[in-house]
Amino acid sequence: MPTRRRALLILVALAGLAVLSVLLALMVGSVRVAPAEVFSTLFGEGGGVAGEVVRNLRLPRALAGFACGGLLALAGALLQVLLRNPLADPYVLGISGGAGVGAMLAILFGLSAAGINGFAFAGALAAMFVVFGLAHGDGSWTQTRLLLTGVIVAAGCGAAVALMLSIAPEHKLRGMLFWLMGDLSQSNDPQLALGVLTAVLLISLPFARELNLLARGADTAQTLGVAAGRLRRGVYVAASIATAAAVTHAGSIGFIGLIVPHLVRLATGNDQRLLLPASVLAGGSLLVVADTLARTVVAPLQLPVGVLTALIGVPVFLFLLTRDPQGRR
Amino acid sequence: MTATPPLLEANRLAVAIGGKQVCRDLDLSVHAGERIAILGRNGAGKSTLLSVLAGLRAPQAGELRLGGATYAALGPRAAARIRGWLPQARSDAFSSTVLETALIGRHPHLARWDWESENDARIARAALAAAGLAGFEQRDVQTLSGGERQRLAIATLLTQAPRLFLLDEPIAHLDLNHQIAALDLFAARSREEGAACVMVLHEPGLAVRFCERALLLFDDGSTTLGAIDEVVTVDTLARLYAHPLREIRDGGQRWFIPA
Repeated sequence: MPTRRRALLILVALAGLAVLSVLLALMVGSVRVAPAEVFSTLFGEGGGVAGEVVRNLRLPRALAGFACGGLLALAGALLQVLLRNPLADPYVLGISGGAGVGAMLAILFGLSAAGINGFAFAGALAAMFVVFGLAHGDGSWTQTRLLLTGVIVAAGCGAAVALMLSIAPEHKLRGMLFWLMGDLSQSNDPQLALGVLTAVLLISLPFARELNLLARGADTAQTLGVAAGRLRRGVYVAASIATAAAVTHAGSIGFIGLIVPHLVRLATGNDQRLLLPASVLAGGSLLVVADTLARTVVAPLQLPVGVLTALIGVPVFLFLLTRDPQGRR
Repeated sequence: MTATPPLLEANRLAVAIGGKQVCRDLDLSVHAGERIAILGRNGAGKSTLLSVLAGLRAPQAGELRLGGATYAALGPRAAARIRGWLPQARSDAFSSTVLETALIGRHPHLARWDWESENDARIARAALAAAGLAGFEQRDVQTLSGGERQRLAIATLLTQAPRLFLLDEPIAHLDLNHQIAALDLFAARSREEGAACVMVLHEPGLAVRFCERALLLFDDGSTTLGAIDEVVTVDTLARLYAHPLREIRDGGQRWFIPA
């Protein structure tokens, strides 16, 4: 039986893991910094080159990575409940596709990083409203209709992105491809993403037990006392904004949103009161570790972090899937 | 006689689905302790009517009150403490234990930040035992058979402990002994605790045995509501199912077999 005590213990352990992952990100790289030095540079002013690197380069990037990983995992967990589909991820409803179209346009126009972010966010919101409007058309919006509308909008956005890639001049291609694969190297201001992460999590948590019921079907949830229609619209908007914030910040980083909620579910059960915060911590940690590897394994070359998240996530996921959960079969 | 409003009251209710009229001008009131059977052919709209009564679909016309208040006025939480609904079909998208599944019935009784207490678990375990699922607490719902899953849905409903049970084919997927056990269970709740039951059934003999009134839904959208012995007869059933039947009497029980 789920208890508050067990949930708190698991969350404390995951929070420890998150701190360790950020610490690792601050230590390794072209300039190695010892753990003790990391603390002194974080809480002091000096530290010379190491201090500058930790405070101005590594810390913002690690925090942005944590925020984006957390946002993607949270959005994935919410959408899997909303669509009652274990295959749902933050990108299934076309939000990242919309952001991709916006970002590609901005890069084609030669806009600055801020312009790219702005265009990406606008594209994500546009996709969210289009999918919502079309799926909600006759007031019924079943899971199938929402899913189909999202998949179609995502496919349309994919075609538009492919079109822009094919007509783009050579020198812009690399930037466009890195954006599409997911990249944290441009992240220097994590405050917005961290803010959105905190806000979406705090808004979702009071409804976590209602989400447990929603996962068992909207009608069952309604007859057990959940305002299912309102809750589903709220979940859609919350998950969309979380996805839009993450994609705007770091491009389409794959796998975190699909795999992390499943990892947590396999390890701790499907209680959203634990699953939502645990997914945030696990998703954030995984992305920070993946990004640290992405910038160190073949340094000075940087790999797209989306490739690393998949390379780490797939074997871990397969291991958990084949492991026989005790007493459940 | 009594001042308390009926648990469920429908006034001039009209229900339609997919262009088919299920009922027009239906007046129905269900009081504590009553058991009513809904009979009709496949596609007559039994489940649709039941989901309207459960507040899941809006009626075409007419008014519906639960314990004297409309669903809109009650809100979902208060309504969930009055009526429970047993759906006809169910699917489990994610794995979860039998005990966790039964515990969702406690939702309307818990405050927003509450977690299920030991007392809630005790209620859920008692409900599982009543549905014949003692010892299944830690099983994964996705490994249950159809009949076991049906009994788990019944246990979840007992955990919810509403005053009005709306049962859509409560004995579907159950073998003989569990069919009678399930119907006995709801009959006991209504005798001992004053719960009311409205149930969709396919077997007129069981309706006669376990219910006091019957609502017959005919294919043309007309309805007949009355005391079970007056409404469920060879003639009305032959018209209802468009097939001749014979009645067999055994002691106090009446059974109907296709001629």
